Amino acid sequence: MARVVVDVMLKPEILDPQGQAVSRALVRLGFDGISDVRQGKRFELEVEGPVDDDALGRIHKIAESFLANTVIEDFTVRVENGDAS
Amino acid sequence: MTARIGVVTFPGSLDDRDALRAVRLAGAEPVALWHREKDLQQVDGVVLPGGFSYGDYLRCGAISRFSPIMEMIIEGAKEGLPVLGICNGFQILCESHLLPGALTRNDHLHFICRDQKLRVENNSTAWTSSYEKGQEITVPLKNGEGGYIADERTLDMLEAEGRVVARYLELNPNGSRRDIAGVSNAAGNVVGLMPHPEHAVEPLTGPTTEGLGFFTSILKQLVNV
Repeated sequence: MARVVVDVMLKPEILDPQGQAVSRALVRLGFDGISDVRQGKRFELEVEGPVDDDALGRIHKIAESFLANTVIEDFTVRVENGDAS
Repeated sequence: MTARIGVVTFPGSLDDRDALRAVRLAGAEPVALWHREKDLQQVDGVVLPGGFSYGDYLRCGAISRFSPIMEMIIEGAKEGLPVLGICNGFQILCESHLLPGALTRNDHLHFICRDQKLRVENNSTAWTSSYEKGQEITVPLKNGEGGYIADERTLDMLEAEGRVVARYLELNPNGSRRDIAGVSNAAGNVVGLMPHPEHAVEPLTGPTTEGLGFFTSILKQLVNV
């Protein structure tokens, strides 16, 4: 069984107040050297059967229509383990 | 015969009762609708109420948007069914792509609950005809993810087409672009609003009764038809 990971991030031009809050907290906590933080979501999908083009196409559709709101978010789809046969 | 206005209850809806009550006080017949039914019970208009449907999981409104009743509402809205989405309802309408843009985390990250002054910018929609154009009203506002955003081109289009229905006055409570509190679709039958007019319909419980206009507007429109 293969795992496909969908990462969803706010588009670069969209303000990310949560990421900014984390970034400010880092400074407060004494962690230096981080100039910016953006926060996103990671979905791990356990796929039944082979992760072929067909399956990846379906997952792309899931990501585009449901996991991400493409008005404000970008997403990437990648196979994490197992081969993509 | 008066107009029948449906109010949908999703798991996690909070303001469905108040919306039903506002519909009744406006003089229409309130009809409770259930998210799992594929039946609109022949209502003349629909209110999607505020709350935290599906616990705001994934994104606010993202799961409700796929509920059985939303299929009917999306279909109906495209054919002219009047739909008002308040707060979480506004989020559901954006997730359904019935309205452009999206609602995101308040820029200051805090949940906000206050009586909010608004200006009704467009009184030609199905839900705002009881107001004067430019009328200032005060109704409660309560949200954690109420920041209205869209790209500049969409914002310019909304302004040019008069689809900014209401704007925040005096204070922008959540970082909404261009102080936008509510928008409509091109036809004006679908309106999304972040503040809560249904909480401002009675002197006993509301800061004003200036929210009632949204509910009398729809009645007026339906009776005139």
